[in-house]
Amino acid sequence: MSEIKKNTVREPLFHLAKRSSIHPAAAWGIRLAAVVIGFILCGAAAFAMIEKLQQNPGKIVDFYESFIKGINTSNKSFLENRKLWAFFKETAILLCISLAVTPAFKMRFWNTGAEGQTLMGVLGAIGVAFYLKDSVPGWALLLLMLVGALVCGAVWAVIPALFKAKWNTNETLFTLMMNYVATFLVSYFLVIWVPSGSSSLGKLDIQKLPVIPVSKTSSINDSFLITLIVLILTGLLFVYLKYSKQGYEISVVGESVRTAQYSGINVKKVIIRTMLVSGLLCGVAGYLIGAGLDQSVTTESVGGQGFTAIMVSWLAKFNPLVMILTSALITVLGAGAEQITKTFNVRGALPDVFVGIILFCIIGSEFFINYQIIFRKKAVDGEKEAVK
Amino acid sequence: MNIWLNFLIDSLAFGVTFMYGSTGEIITEKAGHLNLGIPGIMCMGGAGGCLVLNMIGASGLPGFLIVILGILGAVLMAMLCGAIYTFMTVTLRANQNVTGLALTTFGVGLMKVIMSKLDYAVYLVGPKALYRWPFAGQTNALQYLGILFFLGIAIAIVASIVLFRTKKGLHLRAVGENPGTADAAGVNVTQYKYAATIIGSGIAGLGGFYYIIDYMASQEAYLSLEAFGWLSIALVIFALWRPHMTILGSLVFGFLFSCSSFIANIEGINVTMAAKPLMKMLPYAVTILVLIISSVRNKRENQPPMSLGLPYFREER
Repeated sequence: MSEIKKNTVREPLFHLAKRSSIHPAAAWGIRLAAVVIGFILCGAAAFAMIEKLQQNPGKIVDFYESFIKGINTSNKSFLENRKLWAFFKETAILLCISLAVTPAFKMRFWNTGAEGQTLMGVLGAIGVAFYLKDSVPGWALLLLMLVGALVCGAVWAVIPALFKAKWNTNETLFTLMMNYVATFLVSYFLVIWVPSGSSSLGKLDIQKLPVIPVSKTSSINDSFLITLIVLILTGLLFVYLKYSKQGYEISVVGESVRTAQYSGINVKKVIIRTMLVSGLLCGVAGYLIGAGLDQSVTTESVGGQGFTAIMVSWLAKFNPLVMILTSALITVLGAGAEQITKTFNVRGALPDVFVGIILFCIIGSEFFINYQIIFRKKAVDGEKEAVK
Repeated sequence: MNIWLNFLIDSLAFGVTFMYGSTGEIITEKAGHLNLGIPGIMCMGGAGGCLVLNMIGASGLPGFLIVILGILGAVLMAMLCGAIYTFMTVTLRANQNVTGLALTTFGVGLMKVIMSKLDYAVYLVGPKALYRWPFAGQTNALQYLGILFFLGIAIAIVASIVLFRTKKGLHLRAVGENPGTADAAGVNVTQYKYAATIIGSGIAGLGGFYYIIDYMASQEAYLSLEAFGWLSIALVIFALWRPHMTILGSLVFGFLFSCSSFIANIEGINVTMAAKPLMKMLPYAVTILVLIISSVRNKRENQPPMSLGLPYFREER
């Protein structure tokens, strides 16, 4: 803080002050501006990396159009639009994992293990299906798979919570390591289940989730169900966090552990219970992936969404309803960048670069929401007034 | 050479990748910053070094100059990424976990884009032998014991000396334990946080460079790099936040990680296919054990830095 030292010599060009409050509209304006700046920077990055764009700068229109094309098949009605529904489905899965990490985050329990917890959910569901698929009827199997997913997800989340509650073991590092234990556990079971050595399980021949027939296309029906389930969960979690006593306890523990202790909240119990909720929600996400979409499990079943979910949840300030927006934004970016690789015929991991750039912009924008920059001129005015 | 000795050297050489990564991460964590961007930073370090080598690899410059410029490229690129992270978390006061994860997403992606554009014949085939001096051309594991190998061990030892035996190191540790107290004692917290995180990132970046150019020395090496970034973060815990311990730790991790494929090749020992993933799980499982044991024993010198992951704003004391 060299600015303060200089203060004795001369007024600094600007200084920072924490805002006491900001109008919600202004906050959202700043965030929107950050996203716009992010998209402009993405364009610049694309210009540096895609040769086709350098040769023909006019194609930049195609570039930005890709973000819409990525989630929308043109000339299709709402219920026939496959890309749109695929987008809803992807958003729903990401949203579900984001919901899962949220209660723990509100408690300032930095659960970086959603990836592993969700993967264990997938493994639990598919494990049950693998062993029982010939001995129980289809509908019972689906229920048992849900139980398997919930149990596995919950166990994976509660283990670090127990150690945190009892010995204050660092939860960020513990949950992070549990991800990799889960990954190798999946490859262990794949070796056992697939004797040929290819380690690829393939789609199991099991009954799919019951669908609500809203469209002629079966993939849209699948997406509809998953989207609906996750939207209901979003509402439930919002109510749980905002209006229930348990949700209130989570907030108190998050704000100050000592305050919680003095007011008679059993902090250990809250930690374990909240991580149980997190783990169960991860289990649901795992079930939706395993039983609802893939009917199979690989080490890449969750594909890093457990980590993306952490960012989605944080960007939404841990508000489940806002998470619908933030998870949609991340999914749009991914789908758009995917489309760009097709339009411009480029290899590599461009989507990640774009997601990274936009995230940086939004993360940076939070600073301007929480703090205000006061320039020298204003401060001088203030002094003059004081002199008068 | 004895097959076991060969394997031991190979394990240590493999471990140097995450020795760099965890030494860098330890320095960062000692300043109170849990940098989850390390995988991305290591990737970008590798990409930066290869980018420079791609420009000068075929230029006919003297060998030592190529070696130094490559290392500089890796360090500078990694430092640049570290500077982004530090600016966001220290100056803009953003959440460390979220910023780190975003940096990893960004860094790994950008590295893949850059590496796919480089010419393997230029950046790797020629310079490889230069970096493997003095054991270039050997057919056993000795070939990996090149310049970057010894540099890694030297950096780990020097980092330990600086952290635990100098005044600057003491100040840095104070910043990580309790920045408020350090600030009151006249330590420039912001400066220390910036310096530690950026230097730490530079060191970690060399790990990625070493992995691509020396240990793997293949065109596809960069695709498997990210996983070892995460392993580096595990190694920090295993080494109990002591850089010199990462030398031992990386030997153990390298051993555990590659023994599944090694043991299968020894006659007389039968390993089922199913055992392989379980053996690869061991480094992480052992790390969890270390984390648990150190928290149960609760000895103060074996704990993570007290303010690890917590933001520090002077005005909010």
